[in-house]
Amino acid sequence: MRMLTALLAVAVGATIISGMVTVYRDVPEQLGREFRAYGANLLLLPSNDSSTFNAENLDKVPELIKNYELVGIAPFLYERLEINKQYILTGGTDFEQLQKVSPYWQIKGNYPKKGEREILVGSNLAQILSPYETEEIIGKKIGISAGEGTAIRQYTVTGIISTGGKEEDFAFMYLDDLQQIANKPNAVSLARLSVVADAVALKAVEDSIKDNIPEIMPQPVQQIAISEFNVLGKLQVLVLLVTIIVMALTLICVSTTMMAVVTERRKEIGLHKALGASNKNIVYEFLGEGCLLGAVGGLIGSGLGYLFAEFVSVQVFGRSITFSVSVAILSILLSLVITGIASLIPVKIAINVDPAIVLRGE
Amino acid sequence: MALLELKDVSMIYNGKVKALENINLTVSKGEWLAIMGPSGSGKTTLMNIIGCMDHATSGEINLDGISLMDVNNEELTSVRRDKIGMVFQQFHLVPYLTALENVMVAQYYHSIPDADEALAALKRVGLEDRASHLPSQLSGGEQQRVCIARALINYPVLILADEPTGNLDEANQNLVMKIFHQLHDEGHTIITVTHSPDVGKEAEHCVVIEHGHIKNAEVS
Repeated sequence: MRMLTALLAVAVGATIISGMVTVYRDVPEQLGREFRAYGANLLLLPSNDSSTFNAENLDKVPELIKNYELVGIAPFLYERLEINKQYILTGGTDFEQLQKVSPYWQIKGNYPKKGEREILVGSNLAQILSPYETEEIIGKKIGISAGEGTAIRQYTVTGIISTGGKEEDFAFMYLDDLQQIANKPNAVSLARLSVVADAVALKAVEDSIKDNIPEIMPQPVQQIAISEFNVLGKLQVLVLLVTIIVMALTLICVSTTMMAVVTERRKEIGLHKALGASNKNIVYEFLGEGCLLGAVGGLIGSGLGYLFAEFVSVQVFGRSITFSVSVAILSILLSLVITGIASLIPVKIAINVDPAIVLRGE
Repeated sequence: MALLELKDVSMIYNGKVKALENINLTVSKGEWLAIMGPSGSGKTTLMNIIGCMDHATSGEINLDGISLMDVNNEELTSVRRDKIGMVFQQFHLVPYLTALENVMVAQYYHSIPDADEALAALKRVGLEDRASHLPSQLSGGEQQRVCIARALINYPVLILADEPTGNLDEANQNLVMKIFHQLHDEGHTIITVTHSPDVGKEAEHCVVIEHGHIKNAEVS
């Protein structure tokens, strides 16, 4: 019964350790995916003095970073266009990619359709263009040109965007349209790249792009990277603390139980010594029992720990996790080490049992 | 020829409590000696020393050519394992092991457990049909016979019995003493420690110990 209690303690300890390590191992990836909702984590800028680079360079990027999960890559060309007689900074982009890279952009109305001469306006710009009833701008046509003396084209406003940033002062249309109006074929001012990667992987992505596409200078979005780093750092400390506390509690529980077992079996130990058991025999027997306890408890715990981690991952991130053999082995080894250390004091008590107790009839 | 020889053996606890003082004793091969005495006389201390479970404070002790005063604790364990078979008043059988397994425990620490040999030892004490029984399923006399079988399994040079009939009724006492007589007749060297004159007189020789001294030695 006492050994069953000790086994339960080891199994619970191993479950929590294995679960925490599995969650911790998987969290950077899961969290990285969550962070992708807060925008791109890499900006691709022109490397030379030029204000733009050739958009064809972006076609090489997916192949270069094929080992990482690419969420999206949205190109942007920024030009000052004359809209309703006012010069407005206008962005040309790929709206399909934009929705992947910046899912936090909120839109009233709809995104423009390709080839339909449609445009989005920022919420601040909408107020300038339609000061009294802002939303009435949706569906209206506005005249757009590259400047004085150039042709005016009519574009339909399909929506108003809110980002909480300076984009609210801009207008956005399809990249092809803007390149045509500005007469800058294939030109791109920058691209926003969103990739599922931790700090190390992001650096590798950055280096790979820098090394293979000289025209592009990648630059990590520091705010996102720092936030991610901070959250992961705090999580790491939390996991470490919980693991240490659980290990200490398991150690105390196993050690106390083993001491009770030794006290209970004192007469039996004395008998074994009277029959000729050496101290080495006693050490092997109790350490063996401790290690067996650790191995079985660790094995049970690593299985239950995986189920625990799976439950946490599904509940928190809505994603399943894969079983890790290395985490299972680590849990079993840690359980063995804990039970080994926990057995030291009980073993010491056992080897100090005087065989003569069997003669005294105690 | 002396199998066991004690010369001026003393045991003093904490430098002042004299449990044994200048004990001189010789036990020949094949001899059956009874050590008698009242409670607190020093019988258990002497038994611990002869049974290689404790070192005497001073004197000389020789068992089968080995000077017990010159060996360390580890070697003393080895002498106990190889030379002595112990029979206890309270039997001390492991409750969750069968009679056969209890006999094999002693084999395990000595050499290699051998079920056939252990069964033969049980047969010798008339318990071959009780080999698979747990101690709780055996009578006191049967448990003591298992204890004797366990003491014999490693072919010891000395059988040391501590109050071997102390927990038995008369019928079982007679049965156990009969086995001791058989062992003595076969040439085994036996030392029984007892406070019972009836058990003491069964032995070939008897010494009485009082206040840590051998009071007298007599031949029955």
